[in-house]
Amino acid sequence: MHLDVWPLAFVLAGLVLYVVLGGADFGAGFWQLFAGRGAKADAIRDHAHDSMAPVWEANHVWLVFVLTVTWTAYPEALASIASTLAVPLFIAAIGIIFRGATYAMRGGATARREQLLVDSVFGVSSILTPFALGAAVGGIASLRVPTGNASGDLLTSWFNATGITIGILAVGVSAYLAAIYLTADAQRHGQAELVELFRRRALGAGVVTGAAAAASIVVLRFDAHRLFDRLLLGSPVAAVAVSAVAGLATLALVAGRRYELARYAAPVAVAAIVVGWGLAQRPLMLRDLTVSQAAASRSTLIAVIVAVVGGGVLLFPSLALLFRLVLGGRLAHGAVAEEAPERVERPSRTTLAFRAAVAFAIAGVGLLTVAEAPWAHGLGVAALFGFVVAGVVAVDPAGLARRS
Amino acid sequence: MQALSFAVHIPLVCFGIAFPAIVLYVEWLWLRTGDPVYRTLAERWTRVMVTLFAVGVITGTILSFEMGLLWPAFTGTFGGVFGLGFAIEGFSFFMEAIFIGIYAYGWRRLPRWWHFASGIPIVITGFTGSLMVIAVNGWMNHPTGFVMHNGRATHVDPLQALFVNPYFWHELVHMYVAGYLVTGFVVASVYAVARLRGKTDRYHATALAIPLTIAALAAPVQVLVGDWSARDVATMQPTKLAAFEGLARTTRAAPVHVLGWYQPDGRIVWGVKIPKLLSTLAFHDPNAVVRGLDAVPARDRPPVNGVRLAFQTMVGIGTLLALLGVVFVILRWRRGQLPEHPMFLGAVALAGPLSVVALIAGWVTTELGRQPWVVYGVMRTSAAVTGAGGIPVGYGALVVVYLGTYLGLAWTLRRLARAPLGGH
Repeated sequence: MHLDVWPLAFVLAGLVLYVVLGGADFGAGFWQLFAGRGAKADAIRDHAHDSMAPVWEANHVWLVFVLTVTWTAYPEALASIASTLAVPLFIAAIGIIFRGATYAMRGGATARREQLLVDSVFGVSSILTPFALGAAVGGIASLRVPTGNASGDLLTSWFNATGITIGILAVGVSAYLAAIYLTADAQRHGQAELVELFRRRALGAGVVTGAAAAASIVVLRFDAHRLFDRLLLGSPVAAVAVSAVAGLATLALVAGRRYELARYAAPVAVAAIVVGWGLAQRPLMLRDLTVSQAAASRSTLIAVIVAVVGGGVLLFPSLALLFRLVLGGRLAHGAVAEEAPERVERPSRTTLAFRAAVAFAIAGVGLLTVAEAPWAHGLGVAALFGFVVAGVVAVDPAGLARRS
Repeated sequence: MQALSFAVHIPLVCFGIAFPAIVLYVEWLWLRTGDPVYRTLAERWTRVMVTLFAVGVITGTILSFEMGLLWPAFTGTFGGVFGLGFAIEGFSFFMEAIFIGIYAYGWRRLPRWWHFASGIPIVITGFTGSLMVIAVNGWMNHPTGFVMHNGRATHVDPLQALFVNPYFWHELVHMYVAGYLVTGFVVASVYAVARLRGKTDRYHATALAIPLTIAALAAPVQVLVGDWSARDVATMQPTKLAAFEGLARTTRAAPVHVLGWYQPDGRIVWGVKIPKLLSTLAFHDPNAVVRGLDAVPARDRPPVNGVRLAFQTMVGIGTLLALLGVVFVILRWRRGQLPEHPMFLGAVALAGPLSVVALIAGWVTTELGRQPWVVYGVMRTSAAVTGAGGIPVGYGALVVVYLGTYLGLAWTLRRLARAPLGGH
């Protein structure tokens, strides 16, 4: 693979993970919105919220990842996309603000009525955001974005048959994924009633989304010839087939109550269709810009690849830890509460710390303010850091509070 | 519009930098002493931290959108140079999100030392994340690591651009200390108000003493760091320094005017003049020559009064905060206990909002002082902006949304302060 394609592979992988993980988040909001009223609906809303709460932030950083890698590795392409598709991206941005804000606020909402309001705002923005992002993808996939600062049509570039179809599909996929995960979570926690509720939702969403996916092929035929021709008449058709099979298999697994397997089969369907899109659009990034034309300089690409791989080495184990704790129920309510440590009295060491703080302060002023050399400034900053640490020990705020 | 988003985002960044460390300090006190007060405090602050982080995630995501939405020419031309910083920042953000999830939901569920350990990555990633963003800003102020060729950046070396940049270090330290300063004073001001209202129990006293101590010690340090920054600005961005002071002509033994207003003819009216101070501060030599605004053509000068006002606000408030810090330390040593005087507590209560004002003023200083450039000496702000219409509409919408977000945030934090702990 050529050097300038690597970052694109990362971007597409990030996109898949965003659809699979962030999408499930959006879907949870979808189900909260359409839960209805009454005790059963409250249970649905709470379950949707509690399942996603520890992971939603991590799920949404994938979008930041996609954006930053694109703009580092393909700056010109991102600039053109962002300016021409400003409208849907702005809608998505507003939706993201509302989602995050309501997520944060739900912790404070105690009365049912407040929760209902918060959940409704959350739900509406959970539908708006994936729709807008899907529409933007539709604009790119149907090659309606030309190179240049806002040189495409601000409205028709995304508000067209392909954009709308992919937007709807994005909402459907989100709802479907969320229903599957939530069913699996409910089963893990042994909540039989919730399992049934979400199983029905998963099946319904699966059928509707499958139908929408089939319909979108017809739309592409008339609205995006190049994509249609290359996706279905060229080699990428294999990816489409994989996606279709995986999608049907997920549905069968849910029907057969094998939710854990369904959890892992669903992402395959998403990944396959994204890969198919990438292959079908090759070598173009935009209507008049190939991937290699869009790519940044060689040294930047190498730096991005190193950064992504290096970051991944740290990131994936952490992410695995988070998901293991969440899926293992270690972060759920009612998990084991640990014992408090024994109470001990510790003498404070304020005099020594006081002397250290004074010494650090003198060294810091001398090195940072009086001296001129850069290395002295570095040492000076370190000394001032030492001053603050020693100072906190010397002031002993905890002891102060105990005495007052 | 991006300015608005930054103004909303920056105070949250401060909490992202400093709050995890403060919460961990309180948890460490709990682990060492077994005193449940510390656990209650750390747990409650964790909830606040999570709420603030959630809002920070949003405003941060919006900012990355806006980089593309508003400044396509900027990202388009230089994305390859500085984007790497944001890519690494994205990873930091990611790690922060992961561990904040583990830490926040792990209270009473994970073994306690493991729980404490899960907080450490939050502190580190909060640091690296801001480090990356400041590296990009340092590069915008002092662009290196590329060659301009026919309007395109060529021979790009992102590592050199971001990290081997002499402008970067003082900005980083200044921002990092500001994080502790703002977080410390804001949190302390909340509990100072509580104390004035008669909540003098140990829980509230601890919640006041810890952030106040940290902020009180950080404030004088910030004065020294700020002075160092100004000296670096003097050598690398002389025009910006000239705008700080409103120095029209290149002058030997330049003075400083406190307050006052810069006139178009280059005089400063209604200001208190301190002779030779600018030369002394900037170059450690009372007779040094300081470059004035006349060193560059009029179209390359920043809006002097805006920059001056922001700069003087920052320095003025910073000095007052440092004084407050010194007063606190002196009182603590003379009386051996937490100062009780209503005047002192009132000053602490004011210090929180003031520190946020100083923070935003400081950011205005560096950004406005760089105008009319977005990349100093290379690309003008006007050349970087988007060609898409509808900016005012978007701006209005964003104002409304942010106001709503902040109101919601305020409401949630009030609720959290009252909510009983334990359980869900």
